[in-house]
Amino acid sequence: MSALPDVSSHAIARARWRPSEIAFWILVLACAFLFPSRYLIMTDILRLALFALSLDLILGYAGIVSLGHAAFFGVGAYCAGLLALHGIITEPVLALVAAGLVAMVLGFLTSFLVIRGVDLTRLMVTLGIALLLEALGERFSNITGGTDGLQGIEMAPILGMFAFDMFGKTGFFYSLIVLFLLFLLARRIVNSPFGLSLRAIKNNPLRASAIGVPVNRRLIAIYTLSAFYAGIAGALFTQTTALASLDVFSFEKSADLMLVLVLGGTGYLYGGLIGAVAFKMLQEFFSTITPQYWLFWIGLVLVVIVLVGRERMHRWALWLPNLVIRQFAGRKAVVAVPESDAP
Amino acid sequence: MLRNVFTAAVITVTVALLNFSASAQDAVKIGLILPMTGGQASTGKQIDNAIKLYMQQKGDTVAGRKIEIILKDDGAVPDNTKRLAQELIVNDKVNFIAGFGVTPAALAAASLATQAKIPEIVMAAGTSIITERSPYIVRTSFTLAQSSTIIGDWAAKNGIKKVATLTSDFAPGHDALNFFKQNFTAGGGEIVEEVKVPLQNPDFAPFLQRMKDAKPDAVFVFVPAGQGGNFMKQYAERGLDKAGIKVIGPGDVMDDDLLNGMGDAALGTVTAHLYSAAHPSAMNKEFVAAYKKAFNSRPGFMAVGGYDGIHLIYEALKKTGGKTDGDALIEAMKGMKWESPRGPISIDPETRDIVQNIYIRKVEKVDGELYNVEFATFEAVKDSGKTKK
Amino acid sequence: MTTLFTILFDGVAYGMLLFVLACGLAVTLGLMNFVNLAHGAFAMTGGYVCAVLVNQSGWPFFAALPLAFVSSALIGVALERSLYRHLYTRSHLDQVLFSVGLVFMSVAAVDYIMGSSRIFIKLPSALEGQFDFFGVGIGRYRLMIVVICGLLTVALQLILAKTRFGSRLRAAVDDPRAALGLGINVPQVFAFTFAFGCGLAGLGGALSAEILGLDPYFPLKFMIYFLIVVTVGGSSSITGPFLASLLLGIGDVAGKYYVPKLGPFVIYTIMIVILIWRPNGLFGRAATR
Repeated sequence: MSALPDVSSHAIARARWRPSEIAFWILVLACAFLFPSRYLIMTDILRLALFALSLDLILGYAGIVSLGHAAFFGVGAYCAGLLALHGIITEPVLALVAAGLVAMVLGFLTSFLVIRGVDLTRLMVTLGIALLLEALGERFSNITGGTDGLQGIEMAPILGMFAFDMFGKTGFFYSLIVLFLLFLLARRIVNSPFGLSLRAIKNNPLRASAIGVPVNRRLIAIYTLSAFYAGIAGALFTQTTALASLDVFSFEKSADLMLVLVLGGTGYLYGGLIGAVAFKMLQEFFSTITPQYWLFWIGLVLVVIVLVGRERMHRWALWLPNLVIRQFAGRKAVVAVPESDAP
Repeated sequence: MLRNVFTAAVITVTVALLNFSASAQDAVKIGLILPMTGGQASTGKQIDNAIKLYMQQKGDTVAGRKIEIILKDDGAVPDNTKRLAQELIVNDKVNFIAGFGVTPAALAAASLATQAKIPEIVMAAGTSIITERSPYIVRTSFTLAQSSTIIGDWAAKNGIKKVATLTSDFAPGHDALNFFKQNFTAGGGEIVEEVKVPLQNPDFAPFLQRMKDAKPDAVFVFVPAGQGGNFMKQYAERGLDKAGIKVIGPGDVMDDDLLNGMGDAALGTVTAHLYSAAHPSAMNKEFVAAYKKAFNSRPGFMAVGGYDGIHLIYEALKKTGGKTDGDALIEAMKGMKWESPRGPISIDPETRDIVQNIYIRKVEKVDGELYNVEFATFEAVKDSGKTKK
Repeated sequence: MTTLFTILFDGVAYGMLLFVLACGLAVTLGLMNFVNLAHGAFAMTGGYVCAVLVNQSGWPFFAALPLAFVSSALIGVALERSLYRHLYTRSHLDQVLFSVGLVFMSVAAVDYIMGSSRIFIKLPSALEGQFDFFGVGIGRYRLMIVVICGLLTVALQLILAKTRFGSRLRAAVDDPRAALGLGINVPQVFAFTFAFGCGLAGLGGALSAEILGLDPYFPLKFMIYFLIVVTVGGSSSITGPFLASLLLGIGDVAGKYYVPKLGPFVIYTIMIVILIWRPNGLFGRAATR
């Protein structure tokens, strides 16, 4: 990174939209038209991406490790499901927001538990909360449908106009728009002074509080926001699949989420999106080849990625583009490793 | 952030490469959705094995068309099932969807079967309401109502007065409990303790302790295929067999797949079920021998569900002359009767559910191995669990 | 009243089993700050080795148990020398990713080799059933677990407290830099301890086949319990995890007996409460790195 005069211009430079980002989103939109028969898996990826984005907000920017983010996902999912099932709010967008708000409240209430303690403690407390909710869902199976889940959910058309179809087209565009809007919001937040203070907290909470950043308040705020995002991801899940069962709270969901985010890289918002694509495609690829033992190959890929190291992989992946850019721009500083967990 | 674009481009190209799906026009495609990983993996494996065996024996061409099986793993998670079913229908253009290891999976795919007008062949799930969810669902497995009502009657008539029940807390478990209670109490029996165990990771020890303290004559057990062994071990360890408390229930707990590993504690257990590997028919002996030879294990009731399911598909295609119109296939399947390794079975034309013999059997040692030996037969048992109109 | 004692006994047996399974993880985490989520895979390996030896090769149960320990320890050594070593300086997230990858591989590999059904170990008849002790039903197998695990715990505590290796280990856990400065070969201490921890896990896996159930998904199913033991107990001693496992075991069994509808609820609530009250675990101390 070339030296910049002061923090504020550095922050402004980061906040500007780069051409590569615009290209990314255009590519995503293009996928809708390039692969008209794969709407379902692409919607799956979009939902996972939104969920991963929510975790990135706390993991990548505030340094809070959470193994129980599925708690908020699940709350959002069941909320949306129950709202649709009992006809309380039939318009999907309203139900989406309502579900997100409920998850946000839960996030706020549990944030006080999470700001205490070290990494491992947080991991277990968040996990404990998710498992507790799962146990509760099981206990009140007359409301939640227990292991079998909510049956018979039927989604009304979005804004009264766009009905959910079997091919998943409506679901895909709905998810894409929701993801994009929330992404814009997240991007705005992390590039604001609030977002910068979060990064300070992540690096050294003691120092941050010494310069006057209200550490606990900021952590509670970002955790609550992250819960909101996760809740919306969950509600999106139920609305696009018309299903909600106890798996939404499961440990596997939170664990898969961590994998996705670590795969893609934390701290620059796109990590969740890229990780989601990579993870889902790998899973799809392997389970088509071997429906029974795909887990082995995914495990192998993960091990190899960690051993080779993401930095080295980035360098290899960027070798060709760097070569090209150097021809045109003649400069040495090209693409830096974008993760903020580089020291 | 050029890296993002590059990575995205690489991924896009990979996706495009994976997206080819040229298909032979003439083949009949069956989308087989089974739990091949996770807690219900043994069910998925049995059904997959049985289908492979059938196709090995009978060939893969019917009515002049080739049969192609597309196997997908849903891990018994219903949203996976739904997505896989949708993709199979929309992308691979399958003519049948089959399998469905658990009730929620079968239910998740029901609306798709109706929308796409494709037969859904349920080979494993056992809750009564499944066939009511779509006019395109046909079942070749079983319902808990069939076995639970029979064992309820048998228990009441055979000196068992007090029963404690232990059932898994999900739809088939509730079915098993309710139908057993219905018939058992109608015959004069009394339920002294009722315990519902969670479906995942059950530790039966504390629950069994409760049962022991309630001092019943017998314990009625229903746990899904795969957990029976665990239960019997805990039962023996707790000393319930020494205390004279018998085990009764639908045969899921004495699944042939696991029976041999349970040890002598299982001897004498009486269950009512649709299939035993020891069923004394020539066809079954051949089936068991062929399965053992090919897969080095004993077939259980899940395998039979798969074997009969693929048979049903073959026969239906023969009847329609190879045409794959959904309505015609369903009509062809209604009322079909045939001899299966489990005994004579047929498809009820009104409910599209399976009608089969239920046998009462006891666990005995035959040639050094444990088997469910049948000693009473109830013929042509229909599912009594359908919603009364 | 006698039921209370049976429940207590069952809970203690369950707790001690968890302790043997999880203490290797506690030491790994406390000593080298390495999050090894693949710990359950070592337990599973030991269990399956024991099962194969007893069921297929006809070994007596008590002879196969030490071999379960040894095989897991050897695999632990091999993996540590070849793979784990490169990851000590990496971030926790990388370690998590790596160990989860290992778990996936081991689960699928065992599924492939041994099949997906749950596996049972043929026990000697001396271990089957219960006997009556003043009206309290004591399961023979559980009694054996309590005895074996009890002896192991005592042995571990003695090693830690009375031997030189133990004092080196305690020094390394407290402050690795200072220990290195004093001439203690910390990497070697760790390699040995890691292998020992894996061996213990393997032994625990073999013992738990009867009680917890051994199938290819064992590492994924029980990882949560191991993590709970380690976090609640703290990772700077073994008394912490020991007491935490007992608490967990008794709480789980008692909860399921007295309030079956709320079974798992009980442990998670206990865990959250303890962690809020003592963020470093019951007996932990804040890390000095």
